Amino acid sequence: MHRLSIPLNLLPIGCAARVKQIKAKGNTRRRMLDLGLVAGTEVEAVLRSPSGDPTAYYIRGAIIALRSEEASNILVETTGELR
Amino acid sequence: MEHMISPGNLTGSGLAGRIFQTQMDPTDDIVIALVGNPNTGKSTVFNSLTGLKQHTGNWPGKTVTTAFGRFVHSGKNFFLVDLPGSYSLLANSPEEEVARDFICFGDPRAAVIITDATCLERNLNLVLQVLEMTRQAVVCVNLMDEAKRNHIDIRLEKLSRILGVPVVGTSASNGQGLAELKDAIDDLVSGRFIPKPIRIRYDAAIEAAVSMIEPYIKKATGNQINSRWLALRILEGDDSFIVALHEYAGVDLLDAEEVRYKVEQAREKLQQQQIYRDDLRDRIVSTIVGMAEEISREVLRYDGDWRKRIDRKIDDVLTSRLFGIPAMLLLLGVALWISIAGANYPSQILADAFFWLENQLTHLFTLAGAPNWLLGMLVEGVYRTLAWVVSVMLPPMAIFFPLFTLLEDLGYLPRVAFNLDYFFKKAHAHGKQALTMCMGLGCNAAGVTACRIIDSPRERLIGIITNNYIPCNGRFPVLITLSTVFIAGGAGGMRPVLAAVMVLGLITLSVVITLVVSRILSCTVLKGLPSSFSLELPPYRIPQIGRVLIRSILDRTLFVLARAVMVAAPAGLVIWLMANVSVYGNTLLNHCAGFIDPFARVIGLDGYILLAFLLGLPANEIVIPVVIMSYMSGGALLDLDSMDALHQVLKGHGWTWLTALCTMLFSLNHFPCGTTLLTIRKETGSWKWTLISFIVPTVTGILICFIVAQGARIFGLV
Repeated sequence: MHRLSIPLNLLPIGCAARVKQIKAKGNTRRRMLDLGLVAGTEVEAVLRSPSGDPTAYYIRGAIIALRSEEASNILVETTGELR
Repeated sequence: MEHMISPGNLTGSGLAGRIFQTQMDPTDDIVIALVGNPNTGKSTVFNSLTGLKQHTGNWPGKTVTTAFGRFVHSGKNFFLVDLPGSYSLLANSPEEEVARDFICFGDPRAAVIITDATCLERNLNLVLQVLEMTRQAVVCVNLMDEAKRNHIDIRLEKLSRILGVPVVGTSASNGQGLAELKDAIDDLVSGRFIPKPIRIRYDAAIEAAVSMIEPYIKKATGNQINSRWLALRILEGDDSFIVALHEYAGVDLLDAEEVRYKVEQAREKLQQQQIYRDDLRDRIVSTIVGMAEEISREVLRYDGDWRKRIDRKIDDVLTSRLFGIPAMLLLLGVALWISIAGANYPSQILADAFFWLENQLTHLFTLAGAPNWLLGMLVEGVYRTLAWVVSVMLPPMAIFFPLFTLLEDLGYLPRVAFNLDYFFKKAHAHGKQALTMCMGLGCNAAGVTACRIIDSPRERLIGIITNNYIPCNGRFPVLITLSTVFIAGGAGGMRPVLAAVMVLGLITLSVVITLVVSRILSCTVLKGLPSSFSLELPPYRIPQIGRVLIRSILDRTLFVLARAVMVAAPAGLVIWLMANVSVYGNTLLNHCAGFIDPFARVIGLDGYILLAFLLGLPANEIVIPVVIMSYMSGGALLDLDSMDALHQVLKGHGWTWLTALCTMLFSLNHFPCGTTLLTIRKETGSWKWTLISFIVPTVTGILICFIVAQGARIFGLV
């Protein structure tokens, strides 16, 4: 299986990936940790807002919307084939 | 010695008593803290346990509201404190600090942790954090009915065994499990259940550092606070906690030479292993998250695919590129249409009743031989204004409020924020400003208070200053009435539809203005870039229609109405006096209106309308009644039993569609009402920002009305 490391904001809707690294610092980082976004967490892109941003992700049982700026600071590794 | 705040001896009843300004009996009242993630139905649990006897208080020094209520169970008095919803106790926001500080220093006899059964894993994070702080905890797994509907099965007994504290499943919205929850709380506080909370084990490096400093911390603080938990916070360098420790417990940990030395040593040792402050926090959180995942795997069985849940299908439509924004407009438009069309009938009944009562009153005054001026002042001045406000304002408010609350309870508002966030980002504002904007539709003062959900001070101020652009329920009747009379005048049966479309257009315009002004503020007085934000889209929930009706009618409609009436009565008196007291051969009213008339005409209004806006400062609801009163000969309000009569009166005083449009535009864009201004003062703690919040929308209104009025005149449209 082909694995690919990309920033989360580039993950297509309907695709799942595993968090590899959170690059954000300070308060933003802590907020992400609170949501359960730690290395190894599985996320799936679920919805894109009508204007293309933000995107909602399925994270540990909850649907959480992140702006592309935040999502681009989360590095993920795709778990399956990218559509 | 009531509410003594001296450090070191603050008991649970002391802190709670101080916040809620209430007399507590430390021997009798059992203080229970309620914590939980946002959107877990925590308030529903709180409401169901305490009934309607609730009070709120402000946390000293912070703009965080906490609520308390009481309940009696098996002969004991429980004092329940509803702490702000928080994702964690690692204190990233004032709300989380409050929750942490109360559990830590408020000395509750038990902490009840409300969790969401449909999203247990994430919620377990907070549970584990609380259990790390206190052993006296009960876990309440709420929304069990929703979980069941979504084929999620949770083994509560096993969860209780793993966590070592009581676990109770509830469906608070229909009262299921609440008796068991009370029993569990009682069992815990009376010692019938001995908690053995699960212990979180961190990696070897952290554990070594903790055991290096824990004994010294224990020595310095005694037994009042869990020393292991404290050691972790100190290692992390959680400054807000060190401050709180000093404030509530009178302990200056880092002053103790011995402790400070050991902490330095432990931190150095961690750094030798490449574990710096951020890494430490990461490791701690990762351990907790990992544990939550593991526990969730043990106790939760999910026979389904979350992708197939009905929520996902609804969201696919309501947030789609094609339908997202149209659906939003349609929902709001339908709510407006129902309010306008539905209000006609009750309005008529109320107007008839008030008219009948006025005849009786007049009769009574004549019988009693009251002088004419008294009759005029009380009946034509005070009574008619009141009657007008109630019969015209109440029905659309009483319909729109519940409809709006219904959308709120359904969970639709976060979707609005999701759909609109892109535009708020472009305006350099916070995504949650869309939520506070929605709250402003109900009442701007509530919208301003709601801005607390925005963490960044800069973006919060933007949210506060611009909230007033969104027409509140008190301004709807102005928009509805004028749209119905002038814009939709000849539409016959389609009148309510056309009026609804017009009001919808005005609300859309107010959103655009909000965005533009936010952007302007962001590059002038409130310079800055948008801060980070995340927004949870909670599952849709079936609203409890009965509760929504009671809540919106009792809490909001009656409140707003009472305020309007309280303002309308004296305003009616003032107007009547101004219209009937003559100086230099002309009434006071004419003098005042005449003075501002030239300016008012430039922006498409007239002196009476502008005066009405000024007099409407205490409550926007009275603007139209004041205008009408001013127009009537002798200064008394006519009986306006139909929209057509109103049309005739206004037309008779030179109103055109342009006057109506400018009045509506100025209604959208002018200074906030008195209540909102006071709320802004309270929330910002500054008269400067209150003044700015007054000036910014007023200037916007003057500019827009000027452009529209002059434009229309130049192009010869009127």
